[in-house]
Amino acid sequence: MEKIKTPKELEKLRQEILAGQKKDAIEVTVCGGTGCLSNGSEQVAAAISEEMKKQGLNGKAVLKKTGCHGFCERGPLVTINPMDIFYQRVAENDAADIVSETLIKGKTVERLLYVDPASQKKIARHDEIPFYKHQFRIALRNNGRIDPTDIRAYLANGGYAGLAKAVTSMTPVEVIATVEKSGLRGRGGGGFPAGKKWRSCREAKGDVRYLVCNGDEGDPGAFMDRSIMEGDPHSVIEGMIIAAFAIGAHQGYLYVRNEYPLAVQNLGIALEQAREYGFLGKNIFNSGFDFEIRINRGGGAFVCGESSALMASLEGRAGEPRAKYIRSVERGLWDKPTNLNNVETYANVPEIIARGADWFASYGTAGSKGTKVFSLVGKVKNTGLVEVPMGITLRDIIFKIGGGILNDREFKAVQTGGPSGGCIPKSMIDMPVDFDELTKAGSMMGSGGMIVMDDTDCMVDVAKYFTKFLEEESCGKCTPCREGTRRMKEILIDISEGRGTEESIPVLEELAEALTLGSLCALGSTAANPFLSTLRYFRDEYEAHIKEKRCPAGVCKELITYRILEDVCTGCHRCFRECPQQAVSGEVKKPHQIDKDKCIKCGICFDVCKFNAVAKK
Amino acid sequence: MDLTRVNEIIDKYHAEKSSLIGIFQDIQAEYRYLPKDAITRVVERLDIPLTQAYMVATFYKSFSLVPRGEHEIHVCLGTACHLRGGQRLVENFERILAVKAGGTTPDMKFTLETVNCLGACALAPLVRVDQKNYAKVTGDKITKIIKEYRPDGEGTTHGKD
Repeated sequence: MEKIKTPKELEKLRQEILAGQKKDAIEVTVCGGTGCLSNGSEQVAAAISEEMKKQGLNGKAVLKKTGCHGFCERGPLVTINPMDIFYQRVAENDAADIVSETLIKGKTVERLLYVDPASQKKIARHDEIPFYKHQFRIALRNNGRIDPTDIRAYLANGGYAGLAKAVTSMTPVEVIATVEKSGLRGRGGGGFPAGKKWRSCREAKGDVRYLVCNGDEGDPGAFMDRSIMEGDPHSVIEGMIIAAFAIGAHQGYLYVRNEYPLAVQNLGIALEQAREYGFLGKNIFNSGFDFEIRINRGGGAFVCGESSALMASLEGRAGEPRAKYIRSVERGLWDKPTNLNNVETYANVPEIIARGADWFASYGTAGSKGTKVFSLVGKVKNTGLVEVPMGITLRDIIFKIGGGILNDREFKAVQTGGPSGGCIPKSMIDMPVDFDELTKAGSMMGSGGMIVMDDTDCMVDVAKYFTKFLEEESCGKCTPCREGTRRMKEILIDISEGRGTEESIPVLEELAEALTLGSLCALGSTAANPFLSTLRYFRDEYEAHIKEKRCPAGVCKELITYRILEDVCTGCHRCFRECPQQAVSGEVKKPHQIDKDKCIKCGICFDVCKFNAVAKK
Repeated sequence: MDLTRVNEIIDKYHAEKSSLIGIFQDIQAEYRYLPKDAITRVVERLDIPLTQAYMVATFYKSFSLVPRGEHEIHVCLGTACHLRGGQRLVENFERILAVKAGGTTPDMKFTLETVNCLGACALAPLVRVDQKNYAKVTGDKITKIIKEYRPDGEGTTHGKD
């Protein structure tokens, strides 16, 4: 492969690729995101490929395996272009019909279409499905549309044009000014203006500079970075190269979570291809600018999402944060000026350069420009990844895109910002979502996890869950965090197990203050948020646990009992057979009972009952 | 022990000090733990203090100083999985396998672990055994999952069937 040296050559290549993709050829894409893969999309793709051969379609239709389409709830997903047909929950034995009906006759296979729960109508076109219709995709622009292992697919969609423009027609300072003007803020959690960070790094003293991409996505319930790294790795790499040109770095590091093997694999393939085409290496686009990237796998420590801990890990040490009297843009990796942004931030950069700062800034709110990817999970109908302009309301995200609450239960709260964030109650559902509004509400944007909760979720349990998480992940370097999270966890366990006293809440509040003020890094200084925000909006639930020894949501094991509703029980005997404790008694076709003394509250009877006859109280 | 493979791994990373974590990851993948002899060899060849290697080996969750089971069961405890009953799954796995999370069964067949999020929240609650994902797992499916990997061993039955 001849290296690409000018924007003209790049455009020529792009036209060639487009011409090579036969205009009239039908394109079938099968989602290869983690959700769909687990549901068997690999087998679906193999079956479709087999059928295409069998039914003589070779050359007339192409099959592509793409990254995550976002609508994980309905996987495995298959789309067919140019007709824009969207099939969901596709199984291997649907392959023959897809090929014979859709690819050959151009008809839709009715049973595979998405049914809109609101109107009960079948929707054939991908862009008319509510889940997609209300989204606007910048960071996820190629996700689910291209084969992530094929650089030519990325190039066909305008890939590396931003890089070509930056290094051949702009100065590094102009690139920084463009990013500043666009208003892009860091998508990893803090929301620090990206352009400002780049400028500080460029202006810091020193001849060697480093560039780091934080792909150590650790927030539970957030998987957008994973999807981008897996589904469109070149967008991250292109963003990194542009940023490196802007700050004057020649070596970059991609720090990827070890639990994401497919991301590591696809990024590795993409780096190899970028080198081959001359987008990485020496003298990129004949500009005299050299840059290389290497991948480092994380070791499985949440705290390594913190920049100074991540850099310690890159140096081969334990990932403990340091006090940031001197910022890492001045002294970071190996004490050299280092710029660190996260995956989604870099993925936005090529589009900002290619389309201009004003285009990007035309989306979003005054203080938060552009879009944000959220992972919408928990008790919501349409679990998946959504990208929306900043400023959209929580209601629009959860109800319009998310389709409402699972089983039509009552919406209770939404948790944002991961373990450092907080719970936002139902009363605030019409608030616009951006960096500043979420902070005002006592939560934060974080990396974009959005966990929807219903009336069967206990807020004390949620606070306990996150506090326990943070206690386990605290690196142990500073006392307020190491001891504070542990004591808070113990008191929350006490409350959830019926040992709370009137002292519990005041002591928790005192610990929360000490943690917030006294911790070295953001893990500790935000660790009290899950407790503080749930207390702020759900104090009555804490009080029910403490004073009445009752868990209103029916979650806290020590405070509930399982019982069988006699008038609902059909006597199917299933729970009788499954109970590991032989705690269920009763004859076939007659109502059963649970012996409370034998019951260990494992919940298996609740799981297996098809008639909702097992109640938690 | 034969350290040929360990030496090859160190060579792959050019015995760079900063590659300690990568080297350990490859050794962990090869042996399912970090054998003492392997750590000693890494320390010699990278010319780093043993304390540093020990600190790294004990700090990160992916490393183990004791041998792990043949199959690693990861019960996801990401937020979405937690809300849909992940914790109850952990307790049921613990009961059926008779080991605590983090432990290995005496027959060296299974190591039971929890994981903070596998990023497949639509499938919650999720259990991953080695590289295979099990979606929307409920308490009663656990024995079936275990049976796949240990068809005739102990702890494969519960209840009355």
